[in-house]
Amino acid sequence: MQNFIPSPTTLVALAKIGLLIGGLMTAAAYLVLVERWMAAWVQDRKGPNRVGIPLTKIRLFGLGQPLADGLKIILKEDFTPRHVDKVLYTAAPLVLLAASLAIFAAIPFGSSLPPIPALGLTGEEPLLVAPGLDVGVLWVFALSSIAVYGVLLGGWASNNKYGFLGGLRSSAQLVAYEIPLGLGLLGVVLAAGSLKLDAIMNAQASTGIWYAFAQPLGFVVFLIASFAEAARLPFDLPEAEQELVGGYHTEYSGIKLLLFLVSEFLHMVTAAFLIVIMFLGGWHLWGVTGSGPVETWTVALIRFAVLSAKIFGVILFFMLVRWSWPRFRFDQLMNLAWKVMLPLGLANLVTVAAVEEFRPQLVAALGEGGARAAAVAIPWGVFLLGWIAAGVLTPSGTDNTPIRTPEPLDAEHGLGRRRDLVQA
Amino acid sequence: MKPSDPSITWLEEKPLGLAERLYLPLFVSGLTTTARHLVSPKVTVSFPDQRPKVGNPLIYRGVHRLNRDAEGRVKCVACFLCATACPAHCIDIVAAESPWPDREKYPESFHIDELRCIFCGMCEEACPVDAIELTSLLDLTGKSREEMIFDKEKLLSVYDMTKDAEPMKSTALGCDP
Repeated sequence: MQNFIPSPTTLVALAKIGLLIGGLMTAAAYLVLVERWMAAWVQDRKGPNRVGIPLTKIRLFGLGQPLADGLKIILKEDFTPRHVDKVLYTAAPLVLLAASLAIFAAIPFGSSLPPIPALGLTGEEPLLVAPGLDVGVLWVFALSSIAVYGVLLGGWASNNKYGFLGGLRSSAQLVAYEIPLGLGLLGVVLAAGSLKLDAIMNAQASTGIWYAFAQPLGFVVFLIASFAEAARLPFDLPEAEQELVGGYHTEYSGIKLLLFLVSEFLHMVTAAFLIVIMFLGGWHLWGVTGSGPVETWTVALIRFAVLSAKIFGVILFFMLVRWSWPRFRFDQLMNLAWKVMLPLGLANLVTVAAVEEFRPQLVAALGEGGARAAAVAIPWGVFLLGWIAAGVLTPSGTDNTPIRTPEPLDAEHGLGRRRDLVQA
Repeated sequence: MKPSDPSITWLEEKPLGLAERLYLPLFVSGLTTTARHLVSPKVTVSFPDQRPKVGNPLIYRGVHRLNRDAEGRVKCVACFLCATACPAHCIDIVAAESPWPDREKYPESFHIDELRCIFCGMCEEACPVDAIELTSLLDLTGKSREEMIFDKEKLLSVYDMTKDAEPMKSTALGCDP
């Protein structure tokens, strides 16, 4: 230990962790501002535009707002109600935040850096905290399932009916939507032949066909399921304010509430990362980023910028959707998961498997280009068929129209159908 | 009323067509509505820097004022109709014999508790001589409760402050002052 000198790889890994955590925390803070702006603009308001540089009158369009919000919520009283399970109550936000941050160990946040001989790095340095992890996708999904524990613990430990209901709803919803999420993902893994997220991006870059085009059904299923996983509207039942006050974080305040809210935004960021990496080509953009290895810093920066821009675009879409559709009812939510998303996901998986299996025959019959076109056309055909079948065959929900011709009222007692009460 | 009552007209909900069952029109209309509002002009203003536009000052119910007549005297005849009409009981009038020959009484003191007032405009409706009126001043603030109890002088000063921007409503509406 006396001669402990960190190796360049350790230093680089630490730098990447610092960069990622710093970047994510800043991004979460500023996404709150963006969310508030979007909410305001959609509602024809101006939104937060006052707070600028502290102690001056410079407003900067309200860019100082996250700092003020953060300070306010940190300095607020961290109140613990007497009726809570103290250990779990404290552990819940920590579990949630730790899980949501640890997910990013396996998520690439760019392509890679060119070799840096000055630091003794002779190869490309992937922009990924754990580049050697061969099961990246599994890591991501395992940890995002652990994040549910944070929500559940929070709801349970609060010893409050709203918190408890929020936690229950959350668990039911996440269990239901993990399946379509996994099915959407399996198609991609099958096509790319790797569980590493950077390899999935490379596979899309090398063919130039993003998986959103090659597997439209998988993309739609994954997109909808990731909305539900991130508990964003129209699937935000775990914290439906109108029904459950705050859902699982009803009893939380101060910095613990902050941890919950940050983790929620991190979920959305994770979902956006996964959508972009797995279906929208990651750092790839035709004619801009190239698809080969990274040789110069320019290429590395362009790829980083393209990835960030795509992620930001997806997040904006998340926020726009929030104000576009009303919340689903719980039975509709479950209908959608089990009766629509699950069969569609399976159909996608079978299509992708069949296309991949019979690719040599396709190439033999149609030539290289024809096979490539067929590999896109067949999934689109399945997509249209599956979508129409889902629309026609599935019930739109429980029939809750009022009963127009009820049984005639009991003339003597006026109790209608509760004649059982009369007899008793 | 029973659901089977003949006076109820039941409207049939349109059955969902194929397009609606595919959710696509809903998807598109939802997104276009939000996107349109995202870029449309905003209805709120940056308040202390910009004043919100009061639609019609004649029907706006802001801070009260006591009008003066042509000779600069308070128009009020201390009839207590406003105090009687007031649902919040925020008007307190002490009447005295009028020093002027054209009326019997005048208010020796006239207090409105602006904190109790619910700005319903009943006082303005009740007043037979158009003495009490609600202006379009909308940002009423004070540093103490006492300060928010407006006396006669303060109410008259509100009139002096607003008479140019807002003439007396009876005049503005073309009635006799």
